[in-house]
Amino acid sequence: MNWRVKVERRVSYPRFFPTVVLLFSLLGGFVLIGLLFLISHVNPLFALWKIFSGSFGSLYGITETITKAIPLILIGSGLALVFRAKFWNIGAEGQLLIGAIFAGYVALNLGPKLPFYVIVPLMFVAGFIGGALWALPTVILKLRLNVNEVISTLMLNYIAAELLNFLITGPWKGKTQMGFPYTDDFPHSAVLSVVPGTRIHLVTLCLALLFAFALFIMVYYTRFGYELRVTGDNPDAARYAGIDFMKVTLIMMIISGGVAGIAGVGEVAGIHHHLSYPSSISSGYGYTAIIVAWLAKLNPLLTILSGLFFAGIVVGGDAIQVSLGLPAATVQIFNGILLFSLIMGDYFLNHRVKLVVREAP
Amino acid sequence: MDSLIVAVVHRTLVAGTPLLLGTLGEIVTERAGILNLGVEGMMAVGAVSAFTTTFVTGSILLGVLVAIAAGTFLSLIHAFVSVTLKANQVVSGLALVMFGLGLSGLWGKSFIGTPLPTRVHDLKIPLLGNVPYIGKMFFHQDPFLYVAVILGVVFWFGLAHTRCGIVIRSVGESPAASESQGINVSLVQYLSTMIGGALAGLAGAHLSLSYSRAWAEGMTGGRGWIVIALTIFALWNPLRAYLGAFLFGGIFVLQYLLQPLGIPPNILGMLPYLITLMVLVIAVIGKDARRHAAPAMLGEPYLGGEG
Repeated sequence: MNWRVKVERRVSYPRFFPTVVLLFSLLGGFVLIGLLFLISHVNPLFALWKIFSGSFGSLYGITETITKAIPLILIGSGLALVFRAKFWNIGAEGQLLIGAIFAGYVALNLGPKLPFYVIVPLMFVAGFIGGALWALPTVILKLRLNVNEVISTLMLNYIAAELLNFLITGPWKGKTQMGFPYTDDFPHSAVLSVVPGTRIHLVTLCLALLFAFALFIMVYYTRFGYELRVTGDNPDAARYAGIDFMKVTLIMMIISGGVAGIAGVGEVAGIHHHLSYPSSISSGYGYTAIIVAWLAKLNPLLTILSGLFFAGIVVGGDAIQVSLGLPAATVQIFNGILLFSLIMGDYFLNHRVKLVVREAP
Repeated sequence: MDSLIVAVVHRTLVAGTPLLLGTLGEIVTERAGILNLGVEGMMAVGAVSAFTTTFVTGSILLGVLVAIAAGTFLSLIHAFVSVTLKANQVVSGLALVMFGLGLSGLWGKSFIGTPLPTRVHDLKIPLLGNVPYIGKMFFHQDPFLYVAVILGVVFWFGLAHTRCGIVIRSVGESPAASESQGINVSLVQYLSTMIGGALAGLAGAHLSLSYSRAWAEGMTGGRGWIVIALTIFALWNPLRAYLGAFLFGGIFVLQYLLQPLGIPPNILGMLPYLITLMVLVIAVIGKDARRHAAPAMLGEPYLGGEG
């Protein structure tokens, strides 16, 4: 008896098929994660149960999951936009931090003088502008000087983090923080109100849902969205059709950087109420959102679901840090494995893999 | 003053070593048409695996070998996803970075803050090592540096003048033509990606065993990304990689030199990343050169045989 693997290209598939493949990819990812637990001498079923009961199993868990989904939905929906045009913005982490810095400037300098209904919108606008400004150079670098955007956006992440570190330990260091590397606490007018008993800052949550919906409309139902999709799918056709690459890329990166900046505003004005170390303002949301966008199949509306899902993993990851003594980095492993399994799933979406067994003659 | 110059040159070469190793590996990988952005992850796992192995066994050599094996293993994942499954190489590379950084954090958790009980001794080359100044700077050096420098020449010669190198380059330029010549495109891409992984692992081993003699989470500090930039700066030529790697080695040293001048450390900390951006812009000044140098099918999955 001999056997071989036969691969064919899948020509068509039923409507529900992509969803099935997606679910199987996630399942496969969790099996791999389980294996990793097994190697670390942790019962994988127990660990996975801990993760999901930690994030979705209690009212507290659910509210924390929603809190962490806010930045993921915001950034993820922006990334869904730019990834569609195959512009690899890996810089959301830095754009988030700059958004936070801009909001911090507004809060600390204008906050004491102005009422909340002026300050809060001002912070969000400033955050959007900050994030967008941090994203723009990469567009110019890419389209005018042909500089790879993966590297330029990433380098700007490191620079943003150093800038924030410099501010909180230097010129903006709070006089009331007893030597800790924080800015002073934001005045009352610059603190976002939360759902009582939780950390869910409602304004940012509404903005996140709004952006996810608006960007969904933009991608699928506007001329700009069409240009965006053509630019990504077939740049030659786009050039032939006279699509202005510079304009399309600039607009989408302003949006993508801007929403990441808004996520930064939410984190500092909604949760921390001062600027602190980059790693405490964002637990890698800019990177996790890459997978959020990918899991949503680059559909901004679906980032609401995938954002909640990955927020659950972040919260559950915190839970197992405490209960199983695993380091924070464990969540990053999950993210890596799940991203791998998602792109592997795409292969099975487009290919039919068969094991052909034949009796030996 | 003299001794300061000697120390600066000495340290610059050491700081440039992991960058040179990583860049050489990435050059081979990209020459075969595979874009592996996962260097940062492979380096981190190389660093942690080398450190833990050496810590437990006391053997530097064993640590280095395990790091090479670990880097190779991670690169195999990328090779499988991008060559066999023909998936998006950018996303696969990013996944590799997340996975590698996470894995290194998990693996090294209990080793944070413990110094390495043994050390990598500088190797003095007979005769040359005795030349005043020059000897101390170049010939009484970290063994990793010698390995990196020798590999640079070997890779340059290999890629430019051997059949093996021509096969690698032709796969990156035109996989279809290569295949019609009877070349196993997938195999070449797998092996080239593995060479990249092995060298990234080795670069990580240098960081944890020799450069800082300790393990800290995130100790690669973006060096894996600088390597990606240097590969472009080097125009995929191993000899130009020396220039880029030691330039950046110098920048890492410069940070320490400028600190006494009262410049805040965080501002100095931005230097390598700012200069990476500048270097990429400079690489474009010879725009035509760059267009010719880049492997034509870099990052494009080869769909041959599927029709």
